[in-house]
Amino acid sequence: MEFFKSILLSALLSGIVAGFALTGLQTLKVYPLIFAAEVFENAGQSEAGHAHDQVDKEAAADHHADDEWAPADGAERLLYSLLANVLLGVALGLVLAAIFALRGVVDWRQGVIWGLAGFVAVHLAPAFGLPPELPGMPAGDLLARQTWWFATALLTAGGMALIFLGTAMIWRLVGTAMIVLPHIYGAPHPATMESGVPATLAADFATASLATNLVFWAILGILAAIAMARLSRGDTAAEFV
Amino acid sequence: MAQVKVADQRAVVEIKTTQVMQAGFAALLGLALFIGVAFSHPAAIHNAAHDSRHGVAAPCH
Repeated sequence: MEFFKSILLSALLSGIVAGFALTGLQTLKVYPLIFAAEVFENAGQSEAGHAHDQVDKEAAADHHADDEWAPADGAERLLYSLLANVLLGVALGLVLAAIFALRGVVDWRQGVIWGLAGFVAVHLAPAFGLPPELPGMPAGDLLARQTWWFATALLTAGGMALIFLGTAMIWRLVGTAMIVLPHIYGAPHPATMESGVPATLAADFATASLATNLVFWAILGILAAIAMARLSRGDTAAEFV
Repeated sequence: MAQVKVADQRAVVEIKTTQVMQAGFAALLGLALFIGVAFSHPAAIHNAAHDSRHGVAAPCH
């Protein structure tokens, strides 16, 4: 189980640090834009609420779960975002570290390239069909979007693996097809383009989200590779920490 | 000598198989955790991870 332990340790270390870094970066621009969008979102909801009471109340309860528990604005909300980001960091770190362990990736330069590939698969490719969205923006069916998003990330990751890790031309063609396929199929789009959230906020948010995730992946890749190097050299966990 | 080599190779293959299984388990664990945080529908989880989900450009709402 030494092998699994080194993957786990590498994922924990890189994921926790990358999650903290992502949260720090998000406080600069991403969270302020979300809060600004929520003002428009809530304004739109109360307006619509007067017009057709019943339907919109149900929709609001469905989408925003007003009656359900939610972290209080301020420090508590930030703390839960930090927790979620750290968990996401560890989750993606587990996938990255598993690959590093199998392929013997121990150089931070290689780590950063793998991290950038992760960014392309998990953020850039899905964002091509479903741009990072602010609260209050029109959107298609949630489950359909989640399915498309996840399938696109997996297909892009698999496609890149075939292109860069395979040796035969045929696999490179298959890989390219896998990357292109979800975009030909098309992402689920909303029925209406009307949005109460200003387009400038949305554009600002899309680039801010992508840029912060790029840095997150670079940190994750670098640290996971460095951790792997230390662990595969035989350093014990105690020495390492 | 040849016998030893065959045994060595078998041992290497066995180590490799268990390593692939361990790495596969770790990757699946990571994917499950990712889905739980970024995609799961219960309102409390959605609300707690709300800003993070928007931040990582996962479909939300």
